[in-house]
Amino acid sequence: MSDNRPLLEVKHLKEYFNINMGLFRSKPLKAVDDVSFFINKGETLGLVGESGCGKTTVGRTILHLYTPTSGEVIYDGKPIRTRADIKEFRKKATMVFQDPYSSLNPRMTVSDIIGEPLDVHGLCANKKERQERILELMDYVGLNSEHAARYAHEFSGGQRQRIGIARALAVNPDFIVCDEPVSALDVSIQAQVINMFDELQEKLGLTYLFIAHDLLVVRHISDRIAVMYLGKMVELAPASEIYDHPMHPYSKALLSAVPVPDPKVARANQRIVLSGDIPSPLNAPSGCPFRTRCRYATEACAAEMPEFREVTTGHFVACHRTAEIN
Amino acid sequence: MALLEVRHLQTSFFTDAGEVKAVNDISFNLERGKVLGIVGESGSGKSVTAYSIMQILAGTGKIVGGSIKLDGQELVGAGEKVMKNVRGNRISIIFQDPMTSLNPTYTIGKQLTEAIMLHTDKRGAEAKARAVELLKLVGINEPEKRLKQYPFEHSGGMRQRVMIAMALACEPDILIADEPTTALDVTIQAQILELMSSLQKELGMAIIMITHALGVVAQMCDEIIVMYAGSICEQGTADEIFYNPCHEYTKGLMRSIPTADTAGRKLQPITGTPIDLLNMPEGCPFAPRCDNAMKICIRHRAERMLINDSHAANCWMNVKKGVEKGEIILDEEGGAYCE
Repeated sequence: MSDNRPLLEVKHLKEYFNINMGLFRSKPLKAVDDVSFFINKGETLGLVGESGCGKTTVGRTILHLYTPTSGEVIYDGKPIRTRADIKEFRKKATMVFQDPYSSLNPRMTVSDIIGEPLDVHGLCANKKERQERILELMDYVGLNSEHAARYAHEFSGGQRQRIGIARALAVNPDFIVCDEPVSALDVSIQAQVINMFDELQEKLGLTYLFIAHDLLVVRHISDRIAVMYLGKMVELAPASEIYDHPMHPYSKALLSAVPVPDPKVARANQRIVLSGDIPSPLNAPSGCPFRTRCRYATEACAAEMPEFREVTTGHFVACHRTAEIN
Repeated sequence: MALLEVRHLQTSFFTDAGEVKAVNDISFNLERGKVLGIVGESGSGKSVTAYSIMQILAGTGKIVGGSIKLDGQELVGAGEKVMKNVRGNRISIIFQDPMTSLNPTYTIGKQLTEAIMLHTDKRGAEAKARAVELLKLVGINEPEKRLKQYPFEHSGGMRQRVMIAMALACEPDILIADEPTTALDVTIQAQILELMSSLQKELGMAIIMITHALGVVAQMCDEIIVMYAGSICEQGTADEIFYNPCHEYTKGLMRSIPTADTAGRKLQPITGTPIDLLNMPEGCPFAPRCDNAMKICIRHRAERMLINDSHAANCWMNVKKGVEKGEIILDEEGGAYCE
């Protein structure tokens, strides 16, 4: 599916938000803390983790919806730095949002919603061309042309998500950040939308960063999967590899906690139940962020954040004790 | 006699646009100490079923027919006095969203002791001791300290534990859990499900588990009911439903979930969109989306058909299959009888 040329590279990306702690005092919330990875052309990289781990922030910071605190985003060999870079970049990279109910303007018709990116980037010479492009996009995502004049509230959740996807495709992008695009949908509709992402990727040669918390969905759609915990990336490997041989203690627990839709497997499953809650990112533990819930934690884990290194080909893990526990 | 017997329950909401039959003629039994799962999509009527049992429907909602018997005692039309005694004492409910189901302006202790004092004779120090005991039961550390805290000082998983503690205050016979882990993260979901399993075994109560996640029912439930558009499609033991689905909707659901085998392949989704409850078709509600729908499916709703002792489905495909196998024989007038 993918040729081995990175389309997008993220180097030491950091995104800190300043939180007011009272008059004249503020504290950085390290939403994303030193994350590096790359995505090859035509590939789908799944990004998983629990709420508050920074996966959405990674997606938004890549698109410069948030200005990165430090670090670099390199697209097609060119770093994104100036405003002009960003504008140019946003013609190539777009986003599909989680909630199809709040991400569409209720006062705009479907054709206005899909046409807006065309207007912003001045991609259509005249009205006729614009209209044709809108209808073509609607056809891509399986919407009828008669839907063009309707408003978003007239559609079901699945159809709204199709409108959101058509909008993301309007600028003819190469790269799409999909932020939990199916988690608000019912099971029977979810499969339709997942298939559509698959088909569009084949047809248009798209590259996805697919952010989700549903691990079954992510495994289905991704070529490689990255796991995040409290702003840090703890493991990254090809999809089948991470499911069959997770190496980081957090990935192990996360994968074993997924309820399998098969009663016999579910009853026999030895779940690793983690104790405690995710610490607040405002008071993240020193060293490895997972050490407070990790049964293998030692003093070394508290002292220093383990390096994110390649253990076997293409399999990256950030854990001091990788060799001992696997 | 089953602990809870629901027969031909019908619940409707009377809206400006017309009558919405949210629950349309459903029947099931819940045995003591068993876990029953109700699965379905949004709008399938699974939560309304639970609210009907508790009789906590919104103002426009009304039970229009059927019966709900708890230990032989009829609850439909029994009146508020009886229901006050049932709610919390005999049947408890926990809701989906632990963030909004606790009052943010009262401490955990105040809300927990309120439930205890309402249903038992315990007062003051005694009620507080019971609250501490309950928090310990649901695995909360330092319960004395927690009692003085407000809901915002607790994470989602902790709040759901508090909700469970509150629901267990009177050791009910039945615990209804309405999407108890949907708002929680995977690792926290695992904690809560494990807690519910161990409490169920320890206290011997029955659980009605309402969820849209097939993984959760596979892990937790003895029996499963699959609902679509207010009706039951299929009911049976967990193994029967997962390994021998006999309704086209259940089959479609099972096919559409991603598993290890589907990686790199296309999923087989159910086509179409969920039905509009204001415009219900005459026949099977799933027929408009069903790939194998026959003429009869569009005209007549299928009755409940027994597949075996522990499995029933409302789908005409079973008759077709029976005829093909020679188990059902059609006579000349078009009637059918079983061999």
